[in-house]
Amino acid sequence: MDADRAALSRPAVNAPPRSLRIALAAVPVAFLALFYVWPLTTLLGRFLNVDAVVDALNRPGLARTAWFTLWQALVSTALTLALGLAPAFLLGRWEFRGRRVLRALVTVPFLLPTVVVGAAFVSLLPDALVGTPTAVIAAHVFFNIAVVVRVVGALWERLPPDLDAAARTLGAPPVQVWRQVTLPLLRPALVSSSIVVFLFTFTSFGAVQILGGSEHPTIEVEVARRALQLGDVSGSAVLAVLQLVVLGAVIAIAARLQRRARVPLARDVAPRRRPVTRRQRLALAGGTLLTAAVVAAPLVALALSSFRIGGHWTFAAWTDLGETEIRPGLGLGVDAAGSILRSLRAAALATAASVVVGALASSAIAVARQHGRLLDIGLMLPLATSGVTIGLGMLITFDRAPVDWRGEPWLVALGHALVAAPFVVRTILPVLTARPAEWLDAAATLGATPSRAWWEIDVARLRRPLVVAAAFAAAISLGEFGATTLLSRSGRETVPVAIARLLGRAGDIPRAQAFVLATMLAVVTTALILVVDSFDRESGGEHASA
Amino acid sequence: MIRGARSMAAATMAVAVAAGCGSDGGGSATTERTEKVTLSLVTYDSFPTEGTSLNTALAEFTETSGFDVRIVVAGDAGTMVTKAELTAGNPEGDVMWGVDNTLLSRAVEADVFTAHASSELGAVDPELTALVPGHEVTPVDYGDVCVNYDIAWFAERGLDPPATLRDLVEPKYRDLLVVENPGSSSPGLAFLLATVAELGEDEWQSYWADLRENGVEVVDSWNSAYYERFSGSSGAGPRPLVVSYGSSPPAEVLFADPPRDDAPTAVIASTCFRQVEFAGVLRGTDHPAQARALVDFLAGHRFQSEVALNLFVYPARTDVQLPEEFTTFSVVPDDPLTLDPAAIAEHREEWVDEWTQIVLR
Repeated sequence: MDADRAALSRPAVNAPPRSLRIALAAVPVAFLALFYVWPLTTLLGRFLNVDAVVDALNRPGLARTAWFTLWQALVSTALTLALGLAPAFLLGRWEFRGRRVLRALVTVPFLLPTVVVGAAFVSLLPDALVGTPTAVIAAHVFFNIAVVVRVVGALWERLPPDLDAAARTLGAPPVQVWRQVTLPLLRPALVSSSIVVFLFTFTSFGAVQILGGSEHPTIEVEVARRALQLGDVSGSAVLAVLQLVVLGAVIAIAARLQRRARVPLARDVAPRRRPVTRRQRLALAGGTLLTAAVVAAPLVALALSSFRIGGHWTFAAWTDLGETEIRPGLGLGVDAAGSILRSLRAAALATAASVVVGALASSAIAVARQHGRLLDIGLMLPLATSGVTIGLGMLITFDRAPVDWRGEPWLVALGHALVAAPFVVRTILPVLTARPAEWLDAAATLGATPSRAWWEIDVARLRRPLVVAAAFAAAISLGEFGATTLLSRSGRETVPVAIARLLGRAGDIPRAQAFVLATMLAVVTTALILVVDSFDRESGGEHASA
Repeated sequence: MIRGARSMAAATMAVAVAAGCGSDGGGSATTERTEKVTLSLVTYDSFPTEGTSLNTALAEFTETSGFDVRIVVAGDAGTMVTKAELTAGNPEGDVMWGVDNTLLSRAVEADVFTAHASSELGAVDPELTALVPGHEVTPVDYGDVCVNYDIAWFAERGLDPPATLRDLVEPKYRDLLVVENPGSSSPGLAFLLATVAELGEDEWQSYWADLRENGVEVVDSWNSAYYERFSGSSGAGPRPLVVSYGSSPPAEVLFADPPRDDAPTAVIASTCFRQVEFAGVLRGTDHPAQARALVDFLAGHRFQSEVALNLFVYPARTDVQLPEEFTTFSVVPDDPLTLDPAAIAEHREEWVDEWTQIVLR
């Protein structure tokens, strides 16, 4: 193990040149400094002071809030990981009918605005559970299972299948193969996905507000409550810093764990197995159905809500959508198609930005090895920082020429990119760091320049994780996460904004129309994932034949 | 690099345009037709941005005045005011719509607005204009936050709905009420203020302890309370009493499908707390004259006739006729509960923290 670590910390002889490393790191570092560090330090500089710290630490209930935040995040993460492994295995290792639909389906909850899926989720829960930590944890598992399935699945399908076959041939029982071969090989992705899920559940806002009732706030909920409803930005900033310090430490530890992982990967996606025996078919069908049922139930409830008005079934919410008048003089002003187009356009921009930043950062982290760790941690920090704090920071930082950007639509997209970039890194990095340094040496021996070796070896293998990462980034943008919910917007509505407006109204029709929009968003995003995944499969095919 | 240069150029242009307007800013709004001015109207997220008669009215303003109106959605009312405080003097827009009496003092203390005595004030309810003697803002609408009840639920059980705040702590109404957290929801805060106004600054604490004892449920948002926990909405939750708006019953009629002519829910008038909303010119606007013209329009007859059906509030003007459904199904209490905005500003945080200790811990 020690020798292993030494090998990792010593730069490979044929490592890519220093200029390349600097060039790769420049864009993500600048992006992070401009859109994260600057707004954050501006806000903290203006509002953080000793009095506020003393007040905040003496306010009753802090310990309780902090403890609830921590334990629910730990339990949520453990359960998400445990329950996500089976679908990750199914999707990463097996070929079966409906595989791609299942994979898309699992991803959808992660994409939809929390307020909507939260409402659908509430309608399914037994009454006694609403407002309990159990409800919050269940929702967290449901929302985040996509992270485990996608990130672990992406690595799993690249593990050489001959390894566990060899272990089995040597007589190892399945449990031992799992513990001593598969699990260590999967470790980078397991660490990756659990850290993301942990960050997400620790900073959870929407799910906690909707499902946890008011008795179980997280720190993030308190940060928002103090700043936005009580106007106590200083008190809110103290809590935000507390959260950042705790999570910063967690990220740093995880980054250490991550560095030590090293997996020999297949050059391409390993061929997936088809079920042969009756038992395999049954197990596969059972697993698929169970996963689909768990994931689909809230989505179905969501769709059904759009057909249900005032206790009976009707298409009214669908047919009335976009009508200027529901009754004479009374309209809701919903432009469904337009708002979906606008959401998709914003998502495209956010995706492009986060994939560029994330991919460059991952490459830089991978080639810079040791210094890369700092960048890696830096990019994760926005996930650990309260969206309210970053959003308010942007508001007071980008407020004067030449950086009067607070009303710009693209700032929203870059805000999304800030949240999405670490996902891109988490998806790409395990694939990149799993590449043995000797491959570069081998390439050099064969006459490739270091830059060319990097291009051929690292970049070429990135296509598939990049697609996965892009899907995540688009999802984050469509579902409106983090700081961007705090930025003001002008012009016509995106879907989440329209949904929020409709759900703020009393009356059957506005509510049903909100569910219509949410259903349309779910359908569009499922279709989008299917398209992205199929593109991925085609390119993978060409790649394999080349 | 290129992007940076381009936004520099854009920023320079914006400054030039602003300077150009500033030089002839003294001219009256109607004569200033040479430059196309775009006014930004900062508002909360339930304000429709397109496709309603409210937006048609705004388009008419553009036609007659020549100023475009861009709607800037800042978030919910609390978020909007926090952001306005942070950007006081360098605002995100020119005019703000929707700051209410529970938030007003906070905004005024932070010097968010520039005073403007609207030319329309004469037609506005004097009780409302009395709230802002300094004319920092202009009252534009009002509404009430009241306990709503599910008519059928009580009828089926032969139980009389509660009539007062005091009734809510009676054992026969045990486990029936759902309220919003005043720390995260504006109707929740209004209801807390209602209890302070009704019971006094020293008594409301024990009332809430009794409410808790009697099984009050607290959720974080109006949306959760009304749709997920209240039995009278289409969400069909388990509880027949909810803190919502005085205008929720007419909304249930107007947005029912198929159309119905009786409301499924009603309001307990003695529990109502009055919320008044205001519009004002944001201090630091580049277009003060035009911004004043927009505030006058928002308080004018044309726009005020549209607020009832689009925002489900009552117009601040007394000369606007209300739609029939509105007058039939909503109760406008003669003597709603109120508190002085200054007292609210002074104690809000303390009351919310105290409430949290009593009800949630």
